[in-house]
Parts: sequence; structure tokens; C-alpha cells
Amino acid sequence: MSAPVAGWVNRPSGCGFQMLAMILFWTASAHAEALVADLTSHLIAITTGFTGASVVLFGTSDGPGDIAVVVRGPDREMTVRRKSRIAGLWVNSQEVTFASVPSFYFVAASRPLDEIVSPATAALYRLGITNLEMKAEGGASPEVVDAFATALVRTQQRAKLFPSSVGRVNFIGERLFRTTIEFPSNVPTGTYLVEVFLVRDRDVVSGQTTPLVVSKVGIDADVFGFAGRRPGLYGAIAVLTAMVAGWLASLPFRSA
Amino acid sequence: MDIYLPIAEVSVDVFVLLGLGGVVGFLSGVFGVGGGFLLTPLLIFIGVPPTVAVASSANQLVGASVSGVLAQWRRGNVDFKMGYVLLVGGLAGSILGVWIFTLLKRLGQIELTISLCYVLMLGTLGALMMFESIRTQWRLQRPGARRRKLHQHNWMHGLPLKTRFRRSKLYISALLPIGIGFVIGVFSAILGIGGGFIMVPAMIYMLGMPTAVVPGTSLLQIIFVAANVTLLQAYTNRTVDAVLALVLLVGGVIGARIGSRFGTRLRGEQLRLLLALMVLAVAAKLAIDLTASPADPYSIASEKE
Repeated sequence: MSAPVAGWVNRPSGCGFQMLAMILFWTASAHAEALVADLTSHLIAITTGFTGASVVLFGTSDGPGDIAVVVRGPDREMTVRRKSRIAGLWVNSQEVTFASVPSFYFVAASRPLDEIVSPATAALYRLGITNLEMKAEGGASPEVVDAFATALVRTQQRAKLFPSSVGRVNFIGERLFRTTIEFPSNVPTGTYLVEVFLVRDRDVVSGQTTPLVVSKVGIDADVFGFAGRRPGLYGAIAVLTAMVAGWLASLPFRSA
Repeated sequence: MDIYLPIAEVSVDVFVLLGLGGVVGFLSGVFGVGGGFLLTPLLIFIGVPPTVAVASSANQLVGASVSGVLAQWRRGNVDFKMGYVLLVGGLAGSILGVWIFTLLKRLGQIELTISLCYVLMLGTLGALMMFESIRTQWRLQRPGARRRKLHQHNWMHGLPLKTRFRRSKLYISALLPIGIGFVIGVFSAILGIGGGFIMVPAMIYMLGMPTAVVPGTSLLQIIFVAANVTLLQAYTNRTVDAVLALVLLVGGVIGARIGSRFGTRLRGEQLRLLLALMVLAVAAKLAIDLTASPADPYSIASEKE
């Protein structure tokens, strides 16, 4: 086993033997901890060819127990609007703003969540989509807020930013575990938090938090940065580029 | 093959974008309309955020119009004088339009106003054009039918500031194109479109310009309107995705070239009928969107950090 550790940090998955060796290495050096986990990569680099990414989370616990994993993207303010029919036309008639909603959410567990944790624990650690804390601004009634929150979750699920079901954490033997986190191509950028919980007797006994950065790199990052810093110049360049491209495109007409 | 768009923050298939650009470019080549009315909804459909779709369409429109104008110019089909006179009216109109837009926004329901304006305007326009071209077709098929006069004389020809537009073979008051440009400027600022859609029928029916000169002259003024929109959007909303615009442009210029060749082969009446059908189709689509039950009445309006 001579592969340098840094060499496969960015490899998404599919290197089972190396993975096992890595986990064994972790176990040997970290017997003081009840739970040790890590990601195959701590950076999701969005380049021009980005089509989404998957990251493997793996780890080990100090004995029997269940594992739950939660991944949260940076919180955002989100406004949900509802259309209703007025004089035969569908018109946006009502809106509710939620102060901080995770822009990405993922949850996985080794068994169904309601079997391994109590509802109070699930709420405390925000395990599961029903336990996302979505506080509405303004004075809408609880039923209205509820309907809008449900719609928000549904929309995010359609965009694959919220999961439609709880993912699987697989155990290899009694103590080694792994799960795969999928990120779609429209994944928001920012710092994500990956939380791993060790659960025994319906309660969290140990936890670990690992950051994960989703960031644009290369040309995409340059374009985005430039558009933000010098918006006027960026706009002028965009117009000029389009004009030159249009002119170039019409050139062969002369010879034709 | 997918490409990640830095401002839209999604990745889409390059060939889908090239195809979209091609279809829209074809339309602009044939009719001289910008095609933003078609491009923007299609971009939203493939997952580009609406604000980015609007702004980036304007950006690609700049390039597509430049190449269209140059192609038409080589055939002598651009009336530059008419284009500039229209533009003067257009810029003044867009200032009033932006002011009305702000006012409507403060009152709420800007989206509804926009959609209703579209449906009413396009519906009326499309229906009128449709009747006109059907009547012409019918008359042409009857042998010995009386030839129509080149254009009718009415109050519009009594206005002062008479100017000669040589390319368009017109001797009319400059106030007329300035007025038309002004009205279109108001609408394009409110509706966020290049205005080719209203401009082309107005040129044919109100000014009486020869159909061959219309696309090039219309595209000429769209260059300026679209450039203005791109700059404003980039500066105030930061929603112009230059990468998206360039990919669309590559498909667009190919489509525009095929389109303008195709357009020159069509007879004026056929061109008008096709344009009328397209205007009606867009109006019908918008009317259906307004009245049909949406798949999901809820939508996420904004995701500000």
C-alpha cells in the first residue's frame, strides 16, 4: 500500500480496497474517539465541465450503534409565492418569506430514522426533512406557513437540492460505515457542514462535524468574480464580445 | 456534452443551447424579429433562472442582430436613415417606459400587467395581419383583379417635416417613424423585449415600407435596444451570463444565415402570413398560461443570500 494519501483525495469513489486500508488506518490511530469519519474530498470544484459530483463519507465507530448523516448547504432567505385564480386569471396573490433555509440538504441513516432516534432527538439535531427549522417572516397563520413550507420542500426536491428519501448508510461489519452523497450540477456554492451522528438507544451519543467547500474554480470563477466586482465593465465587454462575434460570423458572406 | 454556466450556476447540454440559438436565429433571419420572446421562455424551461435568461437573451441578441444587419446590408436591404430616426423615438420612449415600469412595480402585479399587455397587443396585431394577408392571397388568386394602390393617402401624409427615405422608397413625415419608435420604446421597456415583434408589423402596415427592407432595418435598431438592456442588466442585476450568450450566438448565427436565405425566397405575402401565425401562436400560448391551472401554484420567487 504505497499510494500517497494526497493522490486519491479527489477521487470520488470506487476504490474499495484503498478505502478499507484508509479506514483501518484511522481506526488504529483514533481509538480514543467514539466516532471517526471523513470525506473522500473536502472540495467540490465547479469547472466548465461540471455535471454534479458524488462524495463518499466513511468512518468507524467504537462499537455497535446506528449512524445518521446530515449535509447542509449555506442558509439562504427564500420567498415562496402562491398563485390563485382571480377573474379567470392565475395571479400571484400571496407570499411567505422564510428567513434561513438550507440551500442544500441531505440526510442518510443506517436504518429508518424513526426507528433509530426519538422525535425529540430528531428535532434537536434536525434529522430529516420534516425537522428543518423554517421560520416565516411576517404574520401569516401557522396553517398558511405550513402549506408554503411544504411547497418549498417540494420545489427543492424537484431541483434535487433536497432529498426525496433518506439515503442509506452501509455498515461493513459492525464498525465500519460508508455512504455516498450526491450533488447535482445546480449545487449552490459555499461552505457546507457534514454532520455524522452515532446513535445508541434512540439517542445521539457522539457526533462529528466536517466542512465541505463547494466552489467555482478556473474560468468560471474568474467570469463570476469579474461580473461581481466590475459590473459596468463586464456588461460593456459582454456587449462588445457579442458584436465582434456577430461581425465575425457574417464575414464569410463576402466570398459567397 | 455539458457546460457549466458561471452566472446562471447550472450546467446544461451544449448541443441543446446550440439548437436553441439556431432556431431563434432562423426566425430572426427570416422575419427580422429578435426572437427574445421565444428564447427567454425556452431558457427558463431548460433550467436557467428567469432573471439570467432575460438578461442573457438580450446579450445574445446584440450579436445576432449585428450579424443579421451586416448580411442584409450587403444585399442593400437596410434603410439606415429610417433605422436612426426610429431609434431616436425609441430611446425617448424607453425612458418613459422605464418610468411606467417602476410605477407599476410599486403598485404590484407587474407580471400580470406584462402578460395582459402581451396577449392584447399580440392578439390584435396577429388577427389584423392574418385577415390582411388572407385577403391579399385571395385577391391574387382571382385573375383580372384590380391591383391595389402602392399605399393609401391619409392624415398621416399631411404631417410636417417631410423626409425622403430613399431605400424604403418613401417620402413621409419624420414624425411618423419617430412616433412609432417612441411607442415601441415604451412597450419594450415595460415588456423587456427588443421590440422587433411590434416593429416589423408597424413598418409594413403603418409606414408602408417594402417587406425586403424591413428585417434589416428592424434588426439595426434592435442592436441598440439590446445593447442598452444588456448594460443595464449587467450593472444593476448582475444577471448577464456571457458564456451562455456566446454559446447561443454560435448556434444563432448559423440559424440566422439559413433564415435570411430562406426569407429572400419567400414572397412578401407569404412572409406576412407566417409572421401573423407566429404572433398569434405566442399570444395563444400566453393566454393559456394566464388562464390554465398551473402544475404547481407555488413558486420560489427569490433566493437572496
